[in-house]
Amino acid sequence: MSLLEVNNLDVRFALRRGDVKALRDVSFTLDRGERLGIVGESGAGKSVAAFSLLNLIAKPGYIAGGSIRFDGQELNGMSDRALRRIRGNRISMIFQDPMMTLNPVLSIGEQMIECLKAHRRIGRREARAIALRKLEQVHIPSPEARLDQYPHELSGGMRQRVIIAIALLLDPDIIIADEPTTALDVTIQAEIMDLLLELCEKHNVGLILITHDLGVVSQVTQRMLVMYAGRVIEQGPTREIINDPQHPYTQGLMNALPQMATPGSRLNQIPGSMPSLDNLPSGCAFHPRCGFVTRPDGSERSACRTRVPEFVASGNCRVACHMVAEMLDQERIPAEETPR
Amino acid sequence: MTTQTSPQQSAPLPSRWERLRDSYLLYSFKRDPIAQLSLLVFIVFVACAVLAPWLAPMNPYDLAQIDIMASELPPFWIDGSDPAYRMGTDAQGRDLLSTILYGARVSLIIGFGAVALQALLGVVFGLLAGYLGGRIDAFLMRLADIQLSFSTLMVAIVVGALVKAIFGGATFSAYAVPLLVLIIGLAEWPQYARTVRASVLAEKGKEYVDAARTMGLPSRRIMFRHILPNTLSPIFVISTVQVANAIISEAALSFLGLGMPETHPSLGSLIKSGFDYIQSGSWWITLIPGAVLVVLVLVINLLGDWLRDVLNPRLYKG
Repeated sequence: MSLLEVNNLDVRFALRRGDVKALRDVSFTLDRGERLGIVGESGAGKSVAAFSLLNLIAKPGYIAGGSIRFDGQELNGMSDRALRRIRGNRISMIFQDPMMTLNPVLSIGEQMIECLKAHRRIGRREARAIALRKLEQVHIPSPEARLDQYPHELSGGMRQRVIIAIALLLDPDIIIADEPTTALDVTIQAEIMDLLLELCEKHNVGLILITHDLGVVSQVTQRMLVMYAGRVIEQGPTREIINDPQHPYTQGLMNALPQMATPGSRLNQIPGSMPSLDNLPSGCAFHPRCGFVTRPDGSERSACRTRVPEFVASGNCRVACHMVAEMLDQERIPAEETPR
Repeated sequence: MTTQTSPQQSAPLPSRWERLRDSYLLYSFKRDPIAQLSLLVFIVFVACAVLAPWLAPMNPYDLAQIDIMASELPPFWIDGSDPAYRMGTDAQGRDLLSTILYGARVSLIIGFGAVALQALLGVVFGLLAGYLGGRIDAFLMRLADIQLSFSTLMVAIVVGALVKAIFGGATFSAYAVPLLVLIIGLAEWPQYARTVRASVLAEKGKEYVDAARTMGLPSRRIMFRHILPNTLSPIFVISTVQVANAIISEAALSFLGLGMPETHPSLGSLIKSGFDYIQSGSWWITLIPGAVLVVLVLVINLLGDWLRDVLNPRLYKG
């Protein structure tokens, strides 16, 4: 059994004009020590997914259905007290902006000690020693002095290291990293990503990496989910998806990478923009932007407009696309006919 | 990424923080003569009030020292003064200087006591309302609205009258100081609650609060340990204004006869006791304590203005 099993997760935001479905039917698993990437455009529901795992979605949002099983326990519907024992302790989180995630008026050491003391019955001295050890693990120069410094005295990269140290503080089973490098400059991005990878491998920690950087996902993760408008549209081993994306949206994302464009010409892009969640198109949410709604022979695939696509297996990947399903069907029929 | 800063041998935590904060506070303080003068006068006031038993020529609470024959003597620069009573005496023959020193003590105790109570109630309610939101927020803030719709004087008059009616005037006199602290403290907590709530709402949306929640910290800790320290600047600023207000409220209540009894006068009751004699020429009994009260309140307000300018984040970041 997997460490984390998310099944048919449904998250909604109760707004005055009605519920907005932020996540629909999201399912995935994460094994111990496995690294999973979640990619998608802004607004696809990546961060909502991360927050709902810890049942920490902001007020109008709520989990409308589905299950989140972590180490045999069901997190959906668990009491806040019990959830607090898991948050930070067994599942910890790293946020996007290291400038904002540390409390400006508490020293680094203070924040680390506090987190330790919230979960373990230990003395200050002991907690300080653990904090120091974690700062050493994230390769912070002169860690002893950092403990007494305040966040504004550290650089952005240094702060993100501190945040990683805090995430590792209680030796969690899973770290959820929500765009951990987006706010950093490019030279430091690689350093921080390498560090995160190194620590996860060393301590056998599962990582859920939320990002829109396909490059990072391909280097760091073993499996990935592609999300669009609150749904998972493609999932499978990272390498297979990167090398041979099936879903037209994933293909579009790959095509939009700067290195895919011919030098001197404009960068490729996916036409249009992501639909607003309270006004989703019928059928496949991607169909208005999809170039494959019309078949090569000119006829139109009406299912794209009318039915939400089911997942079909393609190799080791699962893809929710009518076009892919159709192609797989066509391949299968001649293959089945040959023995006759 | 190498470290250039070589921090001092890990100094104890608060000292570094203080040094950091102080540097800007001091910088602006050094460039503001009004703030310097105000602080100086304020410190003199507090010192005089604290040291009143040693500084005052006589103890105005001690009936044995009072000579009724020496009543209504003018201050030293007017003919007919007695060198033993440099600031003159009041209608009961108490040395005015001593009475003012003791009175300032009472006024300051009530001022700070009431503000401490206001701050305690206001900060707790404001934090709860801002952080928890929803029904608790609505309930506490409506409570604040109701409280604010009664004026401090009205609350004081009702409570004072009730206590006097139920327990008698002697009990009221004996417990006048804690009662006044309670009355003024209860009447003004919404000022704090509203300010704190507003800053909590601003802080609550910041990522460090989300981060604290993902660390699994309980709400109580997040409120008091993480959010409260970030809302301290406005709390400091209104505190100065509120101390001045509380002193004025106390003086007003005493002037109306609802505050400190004349046997243990505050500045307000001293002003009142002299008011009856102002027509008969003994103006100093009212005017000298009045001037002291004005200077005390003015100095506190000036300090508050300066503090507000220093702590205002918009000015702070230039």
